[in-house]
Amino acid sequence: MNKHLLSAGDLSRNDALLVLDTAAQLAQVADRPVKKLPTLRGRTVVNLFFEDSTRTRISFEAAAKRLSADVINFSAKGSSVSKGESLKDTALTLEAMGADAVVVRHGSSGAPHRLANSGWIGGSVINAGDGTHEHPTQALLDAFTLREKLAGGEGDLAGKKVTIVGDVLHSRVARSNVLLLSTLGADVTLVAPPTLLPVGVETWPCKVSYDLDPVVPDSDAVMMLRVQLERMTDSYFPTAREYSRRYGLDNHRMSMLREESIVMHPGPMNRGMEITADVADSRRSVIVEQVANGVSVRMAVLYLLLGGYSPAQAEAEQTVEGS
Amino acid sequence: MSRLVISGASILNRAPADIVVAGDRIVEVGKPGSADTSGARVIDADGLIALPGFVDLHTHLREPGREDAETVETGTRAAALGGFTCVHAMANTEPVADTAGVVEQVWRLGKEAGWCEVRPVGAVTVGLSGTHMAELGAMAASAAQVRLFSDDGKCVDDAVIMRRALEYVKAFDGAIAQHAQEPRLTEGAQMNEGVLSGTLGLRGWPAVAEEAIIARDVLLTQHVNSRLHVCHVSTAGSVELIRWAKSKGINVTAEVTPHHLLLTDELARSYDPHFKVNPPLRTTEDVLALREGLADGTIDAVATDHAPHPSEDKECEWSAAAFGMLGLETALSVVIESMVNTGLLDWAGVADRMSVRPAAIGRVKDQGGLLEPGQPAHVTLVDESVSWTVRPEELASRSRNTPYRERVLPGRVVHTIFNGKPTVIDGRTERVH
Ligand SMILES: [Zn+2]
Repeated sequence: MNKHLLSAGDLSRNDALLVLDTAAQLAQVADRPVKKLPTLRGRTVVNLFFEDSTRTRISFEAAAKRLSADVINFSAKGSSVSKGESLKDTALTLEAMGADAVVVRHGSSGAPHRLANSGWIGGSVINAGDGTHEHPTQALLDAFTLREKLAGGEGDLAGKKVTIVGDVLHSRVARSNVLLLSTLGADVTLVAPPTLLPVGVETWPCKVSYDLDPVVPDSDAVMMLRVQLERMTDSYFPTAREYSRRYGLDNHRMSMLREESIVMHPGPMNRGMEITADVADSRRSVIVEQVANGVSVRMAVLYLLLGGYSPAQAEAEQTVEGS
Repeated sequence: MSRLVISGASILNRAPADIVVAGDRIVEVGKPGSADTSGARVIDADGLIALPGFVDLHTHLREPGREDAETVETGTRAAALGGFTCVHAMANTEPVADTAGVVEQVWRLGKEAGWCEVRPVGAVTVGLSGTHMAELGAMAASAAQVRLFSDDGKCVDDAVIMRRALEYVKAFDGAIAQHAQEPRLTEGAQMNEGVLSGTLGLRGWPAVAEEAIIARDVLLTQHVNSRLHVCHVSTAGSVELIRWAKSKGINVTAEVTPHHLLLTDELARSYDPHFKVNPPLRTTEDVLALREGLADGTIDAVATDHAPHPSEDKECEWSAAAFGMLGLETALSVVIESMVNTGLLDWAGVADRMSVRPAAIGRVKDQGGLLEPGQPAHVTLVDESVSWTVRPEELASRSRNTPYRERVLPGRVVHTIFNGKPTVIDGRTERVH
């Protein structure tokens, strides 16, 4: 593993499997009466959020706390971060506080990369979503969920057909998922109107379709991306109705899925836009499990990046402490 | 009258010669050792290449308004160190250079600084608003003798305003220097639109946004029979359009920046805003087409687009950073690396693209002359055999935003003579007054 996790593309197949296997072991901690491991005791994890995302922040916070790390939440939103020094100033402050890992969410693509490579801080940087670039831990939790549901919870995703539908152009989730899932052997298809696909998408390690219907029946998983209404104002598509009709997942389309296929969504959902409430709440939907898996995967990432000792060792220590 | 003898210089890399300067003119060019050195200051130029002083068509001196980034004094000193004896100061200052008063102020500041000639560029529209034509005639008639007009930084995107401006400047032999950027196609744009922008999640600046404006403007220029200059051409498609326009006899000229001749969009992978510039760094294919266009004369001039910014505008995340990079002190070295060392341009070609043609485009009377008796004594002496490491803190510019930090570049300007007086000797500036 690298020192930082900035892009899902940084992870080799072995790295990715190590994270998923570690996450699977750590997930068992959640089922125990004492949900804590002493692994990262004395280490400091900073959640640096320049953009609101309560769900992602809480997930990282829970992950760090279950590993006994000290957690500092640093919300830079609202302060004047639109321009200039503040990223650097904030970084220097964190460095002075001795942060071992900085979990950063930022509205500007590349901001975590900048933090990691500027020499401003010494700790590990974990990208918790940057602009329209990447969100690698979301991809890891999606891969974890797919593996649990489709591959018996072990190995890679070889041959699994994953369809990602929606606003790929502006989606950091899509970018990270295409990179990670293809690394793990999955067969990824992006579905979107041409306006919501980035230039150069034909060079990505996936297939592309402008039509959803032909792709659905053959999918093991369909992942719906959030589509913001403001995209309509900017003429990426004519109306919400037309979008839903062509690219939304409703009961009819869901009925075309194979029996064991699943429906995913990184949240927050726009019910009625890209996904109907019926589908979101159906038995195929694994949206709630995605959230739970997020904590395990983030524990694994923190654990591996901060060089904690092996889960088995940690557990042994916990047993001693518990006795 | 002060006498200066430049001994043993190879003019345009031909056989060595002595160049004798009296006052501000070259009076004699002869065999090495032939010059009478009595009472003269002698500059030993043995092994150096002598070129006519460089003329930059595109310099942001930032004064008035952003003296924290650059001043006429610091910017023209950097120019002298880069071998320039004339720079065109862009109009996007605060206040904008859209009146005779502001252009005369900049012109006077240039004279006072004394490092090189400063030719102000006038704004095309009031306040760069793109809506009302500025007093182009008054600027042309002022002491600054403005001949190039540009809203650089912004595109004159309104076709009617562009047409009128092209027509109007015919009255005083002016030209419109267009920053070709279709604004709607580039809203929020951060880097070249291509495979990499999609991967990096940075909003794209498509080549078509430049090419569509150039296509429109050359046709407008043909229609009203005027003169167009295209600033910082950055794409292969633009080169083709300009080549076509010239083949039709349309009076269009074009410039390319040193950075577009050397650097590509791949550098954006670092998310380091020192590589953020407008127009953006493009692909290798574009770079090669620009080099070819400069070599065959489709592109007339190298122009730096020297754009100083204080470090807080670069030491930040990419999308918050300012566009632009320094260029004056590294221009020649980048041209050597991209054009001379690749065999695309000889030294006569360098003189043509960095001095003769830009002077002609800017209608600068006393610049861009070949190094012959009777010509003004603007001479740049170059050592092509050395290389140097770019250290931002060692540059004369007030700002540090060079994209070549720690890069080793070939060739250096050793001496610069402006109006018969050395402004740079042995790579250091000399006080001229
Ligand atoms: Zn410009």
